Order: sequence, then structure tokens, then C-alpha cells
Amino acid sequence: MRVALFITCLADQFYAEAGVATVRLLRALGVEVDFPEEQTCCGQPAFNAGHWNEARHLAQRTLGIFQDAEYVVLPSGSCASMVKNHYLELLPGDGEALRLSEKTYELSQFLVRVLGVTELGKGLQGKTIAYHHGCHALRELGVKEEPLLLLKNSGAEILPWEAAEECCGFGGLFSVKLPEVSLAMADRKISTLPKADALTSTDAGCLLHLTGRMGKQGRNMRVVPLATLLWEAYAG
Amino acid sequence: MRVKAKLYPKEAARLLREQPGVREAVTGATLHFEANRKRAYQEIDAEAWRERARRVKDHLLTHLDHYLELAEKRLQEKGVQVHWAEDPEEAHRILREIVARHGVKRAVKAKSMLTEELGVNPLLESLGVEVYETDLGEYLIQLLGEPPSHIVGPAIHLALSDIQRLFHQRFGTPLDASPEALAAVARKVLREAFLTADLGISGANFLVAETGTLALMENEGNIRLSTSLPRVHVAFVGIEKLLPRFADLALFLPLTARAATGQRLSTYVSLIQGPAKEGEEGPQEVHVVLVDHGRTALLHDPEAWEVLRCLRCGACLNACPVYRQTGGHPYGYVYSGPIGAVLDPGLLGLEDTYPLPYASTLCGACYEACPVKIPIPKLLLAWRNRAVERGLAPTWEKGAMQAFAKVMQSPSLYRLLSKALRGFPLPQDLLPLLKAWTEGRGPLQPSPKPFHQLWQELKE
Ligand code: SF4
Repeated sequence: MRVALFITCLADQFYAEAGVATVRLLRALGVEVDFPEEQTCCGQPAFNAGHWNEARHLAQRTLGIFQDAEYVVLPSGSCASMVKNHYLELLPGDGEALRLSEKTYELSQFLVRVLGVTELGKGLQGKTIAYHHGCHALRELGVKEEPLLLLKNSGAEILPWEAAEECCGFGGLFSVKLPEVSLAMADRKISTLPKADALTSTDAGCLLHLTGRMGKQGRNMRVVPLATLLWEAYAG
Repeated sequence: MRVKAKLYPKEAARLLREQPGVREAVTGATLHFEANRKRAYQEIDAEAWRERARRVKDHLLTHLDHYLELAEKRLQEKGVQVHWAEDPEEAHRILREIVARHGVKRAVKAKSMLTEELGVNPLLESLGVEVYETDLGEYLIQLLGEPPSHIVGPAIHLALSDIQRLFHQRFGTPLDASPEALAAVARKVLREAFLTADLGISGANFLVAETGTLALMENEGNIRLSTSLPRVHVAFVGIEKLLPRFADLALFLPLTARAATGQRLSTYVSLIQGPAKEGEEGPQEVHVVLVDHGRTALLHDPEAWEVLRCLRCGACLNACPVYRQTGGHPYGYVYSGPIGAVLDPGLLGLEDTYPLPYASTLCGACYEACPVKIPIPKLLLAWRNRAVERGLAPTWEKGAMQAFAKVMQSPSLYRLLSKALRGFPLPQDLLPLLKAWTEGRGPLQPSPKPFHQLWQELKE
């Protein structure tokens, strides 16, 4: 099986290690991994802000790049949803968009639903984890149980968190268009956050926003993308 | 009511800074309602109920002419006087005539968002009519001279201490009066008003076309009193509030109650079938004013019409993490929160409400809560796209998006930027966009090497 990796711009720039972890993990599970090097951004920031012309160009570009892939896997829930759901709205009736939609998966979704892997190893034995459900992964992709299952089966304990399913306030351009509201939302998330060994999520944007805010408040906690933890689950 | 939607970002920021108590009050109340709704949805096959309700509403909206005519006929058969108002001015004219004809001195009002939309209170006051809001929350904000902050809980932004202070000033109650004591004071004032008012004004949760029945839901009993004690009752009904059949109430009453407050049914449901007949008690005249105010235009808008399914249950507000921070006032219009962000541009025009479609992170919690499955995130996106097409986006944003697209369309430019990001320290605090980010979150720290560079090492 061959997978084309769409690492997405935010992870490429800010969470490069998560990309490495994704490659290692998929290879360890016997999957061949490609990284089409012309890839950049899926276009989500422009799409969400209403700049559909710009977004459409980027979507068309992405369609071309992943045209021949067997599967496309992204270590990001919201970018995966952009490709899987919103390309269809942006390019209605486009057969390529539909084909890409059908073969696109967020990483944990791919592991559980396509590969049928629910246990990676025991590398997270005894670790406590707070899991932030990125909104687009949760409500647009329906990715909810997959990451939790993989984490739990590797020995981690997912701590109860009343705001686990609440938006963190990132929202792409929202975070700079309405910074005060965005920060107030982050603060609510953080104020209810349990003391865990790590905070994780599928989405780089949410993590960047929460890490930054926690740093400002002098709260120190390990914040890592899900892909990194899943690799640790496997490799120990 | 004056529309201040353009000020949304500023007002939201100001409120967070200057009135932190609002955030606390609203967060507490909405989390409570949201938990109730979730529990109430779990007891039923919520997906099936919502889908059914959506279909009934879509059927209604696609045959609205037919059902409006039917409703008018049935209402008239029951002795109800039916009026049509295309805009607030027409609604005012109708009300002014009724007030003059009956020499109305005092009116009691049951909570209604449509009458807020139409500015009924200022009109009545200008006519010298004394107006009492009779929903407790609505009465409180009337005393304060504020607009409602929530569709269902207009005073959601107030803390108990705010109300204690208000009643202390108005009625001389002690500053630590209990909620019960405060309610008793309000009850006394309002009871007097109910008994002496010549006019009762209400909205309607539903108007059944098949039977000409007005359906009103509440928990306090004030709607029942407002619509039965005064000798004249005027109900303002938005044309989208119709239901085709009487049997539809069996779905919509419990679904609305569950969505709004997590109740299986509201404490009181009033079904109004025209004025009192010979020997019966009740109003001698019932008027129904069917109001358009932008709704027909919305109905013909292929990208925005779905918002007309709205039942005004407020579930989307309770679920919304953005609304939760500020309550409704910063949105600058009667309808706030997610529903306001997609309804207000439709009713008032995008030019006057521009920032509202951006008052969301597109998290989707509103859609999950909505009893008639209005795809609010999709509608927000459509309004945003329109805003950009009509040139309403600020210049910095347009520039940033064009630059962004340019970079992202060219791998070589992207790589160049990626190098620059690591090559020399950016003056992050000086760049306007980055400054908005860094102020609350510190400087951005890229990975030492981007993934596309690490890939070269992984390839071997
Ligand atoms: S949009 Fe849906 S959830 Fe919001 S008030 Fe209307 S019916 Fe209720």
C-alpha cells in the first residue's frame, strides 16, 4: 500500500517533527510513503475567510498534485476536512475533487478505518493525556473515537476534561480578526485543563494557539501533535 | 432598534475588558442550558426528530404562498383580524390605528423577538402608551433600558447582584434581597399591569395554517395572561413562523422545548383560536399581523434561505463558544450569536452587518444543536464569500490573502519564505497581523527545520 502524505503548511513550518513521526509510523506499519514535494497549503485559510478565488486556485493545485495517489493522509483534522468536504463545495461537480475526497484521511482515521490498526504498542504506558477535539476533526470528519482508542490501547490514560469538545478559539483568521474573543476562548479551555503529562490534538493550529496562550500565562505543559504521540506509542 | 453590527469586533473587545462579569454570567447560564439540551436530545432519536422538523419547515417554505393564504382564511373564519406588514413602518401604522381606536393607555407585552425587530416599544411610548414587558427577564432589561442579550433569556448577561442593585434603586428592596423576594416585587407590579391593561401584545412560536391556531410557549404564565386578560390582543408573527398542520405541533412543541431549555415541554402552551365568543372570557378582538421585513427576499436567496427554518429556540447561542464570551449585546442587533450572524445580514443587508459572519470560528457546535438543522457554518461561509466579492473585506485582509495565495501557489516562493522565517528574526511585534497574534500568545516559533527539508533525510 502506498500513501501520499499531505503534511500541510502549518505542520510543515511549526510541527515538522509530527511529519517525521507520521512517516516513521506509517513505514513501521508496512506502508510505503510518498511526499509530493510541490505541495504547499490546502487553501483553508482563504476559504474560511471567504476568499474563494484564492482558495479555488490552491484546491485545483492540490488536486493535480495528489491525482495519482492511492491514499492521501494528513496529520491534521481541519485540513483533511477541507480536502474531503469543502473542495466539493469549492469545485462543485468536479470529478477529481470527488475522487480526492474519497481517498483522503486524517492520520488516526486512516490507521483505524483503513489499516484496521487499533493498537500500536505500549509506549505510552502510565502517561496521562488531555485530548483536545479539534472542531473540524470532531464535527466535520467525525473523528472522535479513533485517536482516543489508539492512545488508550497504548497504555495512556485520557483524563476527563469538561471542555475537551469545545472550540479553543483559534479559527484561523478569527484569531487575529477577533483576538480578544479568541483569547477568552483559549483561557476557558486552559482554565479547565487537567494536569496531564501531555496535551494533544490532531490540529497544529489549535496547538499553536493553546501553547502560545499557556506560555503567556506561565503555564508549562507538554503540548504535542497526535502524530508524535502515536509514534511514541509504537516506538516506546 | 438601532443597528450597531458594524462595531462588533470593537464592542466584543470592550465588553471583555470592561465587563468581565458578563462573560461569567453568560458562560454559566449557557453551559447549563447546553448540558440540558444534550441530555434532552439523548432521550429521543434526535437525529430523526430534527430531520423531520427540517422537512416540515422546508415544505412550508417552498409552499409559503399557499400556507399564508390558508392561514389568513382560517384566522378570519375564527374572527381574527389579519393584517400584512411588509416593513416596520407598516406594522407601526397598523398598531397605531388599533391603539387610537381603542384609546389604549396601557399595554402588557409577552416576550417577542419580532416586536424588538419592529421597535414596538418605542412606538407605543411615543403614542403615550405605558408598556410593560411581562417576561421577568424582559422586564428587567426594560427597566435597565437595554436590548435583549439572548433570544430566550434576554437578561442572561445579568448577575443576581445586578438585579439586586436595580431593584434596590427602583423599589427600595434590600441589597441582599433573595431571588424569591425580587420575583415577588416584580409579580406585584406586573399583576397590577395585567389587570389594568387594555392591550396585550405577543409574538407567536407557531401559527398553524390548517386551523389558524396561534401557539405560544413559556414557563412563567405571563404570555397566557397577556393574551387573555386585556380586551384587545395583537400578535406579531413572522411569515416564516407558520406550520402546515395542527399535528405538526406534536413534533415542534416538544422539540423546541428540548432545544431551548432541555425541557420535554414548556410549562405552559397556549393555543389561541380567535377572540372570546359570547359568554366566554377573553379578548374581544384578536389581531394577527403577518410580518415580512426582509423574509421574502431571503426566501428567494438560494444561498441564504435556509435560515428561515429558525424556531428562535436559542440552542445555537447556548452551544456557541464565541457567544459565550460576550453574550448578545456586542452583535449590535436583536438576533445575536450564530443565528444572528446569518440572519441579520439577510434581514438588514450585508453592508450594515459586515463583521457578523466573521463572529465564529466555524466550530460547528451551532449546527449540532439546531433542532431544524440549519447549516449555520455553511451559511456563514456563503456570507463571507459574498462580503469578499462585494469588496467589504478590509484592505489588509485582501492584501494578506492575495500574498498568501501567491506564495502557496509557488513551491519555490514557499521555500524562500520558509527560509526567511528561520534565517533572520522577524520583527513580529511590528507587523500588524502578527502583532494581533503575538500580543496574547507570544512570538511564533517555527521548527528548526521545516518538514520538507527533513524529508530529504527521510528519503534515503
Ligand atoms: S438557528 Fe436553530 S438553534 Fe439557532 S435559534 Fe434558530 S432554530 Fe434554534
